[in-house]
Amino acid sequence: MPEQRILLRSHLGVDFTRLDDYIKHGGFAMWAKAQTLGPAGVTAEVKASGLRGRGGAGFPTGVKWGFLPNDGRTRYLVVNADEGEPGTFKDRYFLELDPFRQLEGILLACYAIGAHVSYIYIRGEYWNSKKVTQDAIDQLYAAGWLGKNIQGSGFDCDVYVHSGAGAYICGEETALIESIEGKPGMPRLKPPFPANYGAFGMPTIVNNTETLASVPVILEMGGQAWSDLGSPRNGGTKLVGVAGHVKNPGLFEVPMGTPMREIIYDLGGGILDDRAILAIIPGGSSCPFLTAEDLDVPMDFDSLKSKGSMLGTACITVMAEGLTDLLEVMRRITGFYEHESCGQCTPCRQGTGWLYAIADKMCKGQADESHIDLLISACNNIDGNTICAHGEAAAWPIRSIAKKFRPQLAAEIAKRAAARA
Amino acid sequence: MSDSLAFSDATRGKIHTLLGRYPRKQGALIPVLYLAQDEFGWLRPEVMELVAKELELPVATVLATATFYTMLYKKPVGRFHVQICVNVSCYLLGSDELMSIAQETLGIAPGQTSSDGLFSLEAVQCLCACDRAPTLQINQTDYFKVKGADFRNVLTQMQTEGTRLGPRPGWLEFQGDHDHHAHADQEAPHA
Ligand SMILES: Cc1cc2nc3c(=O)[nH]c(=O)nc-3n(C[C@H](O)[C@H](O)[C@H](O)COP(=O)(O)O)c2cc1C
Ligand code: SF4
Ligand code: FES
Repeated sequence: MPEQRILLRSHLGVDFTRLDDYIKHGGFAMWAKAQTLGPAGVTAEVKASGLRGRGGAGFPTGVKWGFLPNDGRTRYLVVNADEGEPGTFKDRYFLELDPFRQLEGILLACYAIGAHVSYIYIRGEYWNSKKVTQDAIDQLYAAGWLGKNIQGSGFDCDVYVHSGAGAYICGEETALIESIEGKPGMPRLKPPFPANYGAFGMPTIVNNTETLASVPVILEMGGQAWSDLGSPRNGGTKLVGVAGHVKNPGLFEVPMGTPMREIIYDLGGGILDDRAILAIIPGGSSCPFLTAEDLDVPMDFDSLKSKGSMLGTACITVMAEGLTDLLEVMRRITGFYEHESCGQCTPCRQGTGWLYAIADKMCKGQADESHIDLLISACNNIDGNTICAHGEAAAWPIRSIAKKFRPQLAAEIAKRAAARA
Repeated sequence: MSDSLAFSDATRGKIHTLLGRYPRKQGALIPVLYLAQDEFGWLRPEVMELVAKELELPVATVLATATFYTMLYKKPVGRFHVQICVNVSCYLLGSDELMSIAQETLGIAPGQTSSDGLFSLEAVQCLCACDRAPTLQINQTDYFKVKGADFRNVLTQMQTEGTRLGPRPGWLEFQGDHDHHAHADQEAPHA
């Protein structure tokens, strides 16, 4: 079995939502270590680990922390727990089952970057996550692990849950900041970046839940040792999911760079009825589609990029031959991006509507093969012309389907048009 | 604004705590809108005016934010808000069947609320539990790996429960104001 469990420990049968049990299993031991390392020392370990952001973009976390200007302004740590990328189900694990891991990471990160307030932005629909995480925060305040003068260190840190309210786009870091400020979740033009001008105009670091949950482990193992678990430039272990037409869907943890085939077949149990694979989305619906030919790709940022796709959130969706209606899949995906566009840029607002309308026509037998080209051209017109990456997230997967599955699409489009006539 | 509309003392206390968490009052706007809709059922214009007054914000600011977010209700939702995930993984594993069962049992289409105010049905995007597809959420409770027969039972139980509980607060005001019945005028999300 290719698994290596460090973060994921649901198999231990321990109730990690109780602070006592979390501490009994080594929790908060890294606070003492952080005190001896000092803030710069903590950042140095994170840099040495090569930890890359688990929100999808893979930006090196230690480097990001280093971008904060030294100008004496208040700093914030904002935690991105707005998990919403279709196909993804990893941050939920920390929020519901192991909430202190993330909270310990938040405390260590606040200490490292000199922030005294952190907002955890949890997706609105995650009612249970909000409840469990808030309950964990309450336990920490009661035990002197949050608030003023934490464990006699002289360091103050407040952590607040801020609930989202049903807008996927608020996962984009600047939209998320707007939302914390009580505004509509419209992404900001960058620059300025949040490190300079973030929440309430102050220097802000935005990190994903899993990114922060990895920080205590990195301090415990040492940055270099943790990095060595993964592949070059893609350090550490990573939560990965498998869903769709597989026998054993679920959440797992593997060293970065584990071949996708092992994740789908050994951990995911292989394909329903032992069918062939038609299509794979490697890490959420914003990623370009892959096929069975790509099964040996190592699951890490650089390898997936070299295949023309992305690691994204590393939660894989598998679609089996004979069980998948690709036109309908396109309709679901395009419908999502149209619905979630914030509407500020014309290419995204109009383009996502076009994509949906074309996919809808294809499904209803009102299209012909030329609509595949129309789809591609609409994608090309969105790509690169928008304020945030939502536009690309809508265009890339659809363009990849249109190009990689053209014969199948054309046949199906013709079949439906004939059936309708 | 009707003079009678005011937050309960308990809600006022919570608003006070929330205001301490943000350097600007507007930071507390979304959490306060949630509190307001818990108390009054939905964000009818007088409720938004009350929130604006409480946070010393222009009503337009409150409106702009409230209208952006789907979980802030500009119309009342049913006592039971049935939200079925129709994104890819759930679609692959049978969400269409669940949607048909809901439509059949409740007699409403996605985007509609039943005329007695007991049920709203909605097609929603990925609930991010795709490894346990198909998924749905009713009010604040998740249902994973949902089987058709079980779902039918849950809905039937809720129909009985709903008759006992009646609609959410604010439903009658909505009926009085607009005389809407099954308000099919909400834009149905894409299936
Ligand atoms: C449309 C869109 C949606 C996003 N959604 C999420 C999300 O749900 N969770 C997340 O952590 N990052 C999301 N991101 C990425 C964030 O903008 C940001 O890169 C991330 O929070 C940075 O944290 P990290 O460096 O720890 O990964 C999204 C980006 C875009 C463009
Ligand atoms: S790309 Fe789309 S979601 Fe992003 S800012 Fe523009 S309109 Fe909004
Ligand atoms: S697609 Fe339904 S939970 Fe993800």
